[in-house]
Amino acid sequence: MAEKVLMKGNEAIAEAAIRAGCRHFFGYPITPQTEVSAYMAKKMPKIGGVFLQAESEIAAANMVLGAASAGVRTMTSSSSPGISLKQEAISYIIGSDLPCVILNIQRGGPGLGGIQPSQADYFQATRSPDHGDAHMLVFAPASVQEMVTLVTDAFDLADKYRMPAMILGDGALGQMMEPVVFEDKEITPPEKPWATNGHENKRAHNIVNSLYIQPDELERIVKERFEKYEEIKKNETRVENFMTDDADVIVVAYGIAARVAKSAVRNARAAGIKAGLIRPITLWPFPAEAIKEKADKVKAFLTVELSMGQMVEDVKLAAEFKAPVEFFGRTGGMVPTTDEVFNEIVRLNGGNK
Amino acid sequence: MLTIITGHYGSGKTTLSLNLAVNSAKSGKKTAIADLDIVNPFFRTADSLPLLEELGIEAIIPYGANSNLESVYLPPEVEKLFRYDGNAYLDIGGDDDGAIVLGRYAEKIAAAGYEMICVISRYRPFTKDPKDAAEMIASIEATSRLKVTGLVNTSSLGDDTDGETVLASACYAKEVSRLSGKPLLYTAVKKDVLATLSDGEKETLGDILPIEIYTKRLF
Repeated sequence: MAEKVLMKGNEAIAEAAIRAGCRHFFGYPITPQTEVSAYMAKKMPKIGGVFLQAESEIAAANMVLGAASAGVRTMTSSSSPGISLKQEAISYIIGSDLPCVILNIQRGGPGLGGIQPSQADYFQATRSPDHGDAHMLVFAPASVQEMVTLVTDAFDLADKYRMPAMILGDGALGQMMEPVVFEDKEITPPEKPWATNGHENKRAHNIVNSLYIQPDELERIVKERFEKYEEIKKNETRVENFMTDDADVIVVAYGIAARVAKSAVRNARAAGIKAGLIRPITLWPFPAEAIKEKADKVKAFLTVELSMGQMVEDVKLAAEFKAPVEFFGRTGGMVPTTDEVFNEIVRLNGGNK
Repeated sequence: MLTIITGHYGSGKTTLSLNLAVNSAKSGKKTAIADLDIVNPFFRTADSLPLLEELGIEAIIPYGANSNLESVYLPPEVEKLFRYDGNAYLDIGGDDDGAIVLGRYAEKIAAAGYEMICVISRYRPFTKDPKDAAEMIASIEATSRLKVTGLVNTSSLGDDTDGETVLASACYAKEVSRLSGKPLLYTAVKKDVLATLSDGEKETLGDILPIEIYTKRLF
């Protein structure tokens, strides 16, 4: 059996990436995700991989664009302000249909903000990862163990659909320590016949590019990409339902907010309130069906986020006005407490009964 | 008595420092604790200020701890711990990176006399191999310009820690002690886990320090 170790979220992400076959990491340090780079810097030279600290986030993201073009499993990581800097390259990566993994361990914003945990980059991740019509896969782990699973899946699905996948964490998840097990799994990244890795006069040139001279051709390419997005929505949406079967009040929360919410739901159940939790594991595609299914059965939804309210818009869209959707959040690096969420559940239940 | 707590990050230095300070204060001794972690801005002694205040433990906390500042800086009060008429505990940042802070005070610390603990954990990826742990000890000594005087086995799996977890670390701790030439002082064991161990099992661990986890929880 695989051995259990105690790891920080950031360390576990780095180890999981290496085990998923990532040998090309390009980064630039920023709190609270610097341990990812530190771990890569220590490990990569020992296993014949590349750890490169670039001169900036912009450079690091463009190195990922280059490495992904060559067909290798590659990754960059940062925290909120650094992700903004990477956005131009992310757009080129999407426009060139390249797979890679991007990690955002969110911190308080806007601007330089602060170093404490946040979930205020939800819109950026799910609505506008770049300029242009585009999406990337967005995974929201809620534990150190789940970070390991989702990093592995992110690499696999990025390759499968030829698009970037983001792991959207936060400062608390990146910094906290939990026991974690790595399964001994054989990784065989798929063949990438499109990669620009040397044709050796045995095949035609491959071209990786996001520029199209004719607008009708660009429209066709974008539309094809959106057909792929529909397929992904059907096949790759992930969600956890916790005690939702008979729930009157359903909390919707992801990542660290979901950990807090789960404790609040347990406390509410102990107090005799039928509370439940819907935890989106993929944020794009968003598990709208899971919300819709419950919309005519609940008194209310309560969306809990470390922001002023972003995912709550997706919950409202999914609920189709069949149930009230309320919001509770803290922002700027503050984390909602279990008691705060519990009190909101009690309020939406119409008291403690 | 001046006690310095060093080791790999995430191995329980702050937890051990807090327990030592609390035990000292509870035994009626004048006690101080200094947070000298200049590496990691999260999960630090400053999180436990209310507890320290309640027990009358003097806490020396760097400017900027638990704020949005990434580089904390050390207050001048640290100096008084080198001529302190009670028990003083210095909680140092992780690895040799964290031990750099000691180099600045090394002469004064050596003149005052000190114990320097290095915590070791067989469940942290970069120290689970005893050879790597011994290397870490040597690197901490090199940057701090002080000598590690003893090891404390803090092997833990967080909330998953049980008796088996602790017992399985006994051989590891002995091997690190052998390779580094440093005596194993004791094994730190959570009180609830300790209660599950038989007398025979406890004996295999050698000396034991029962500890409590004071770190705040988010959920």
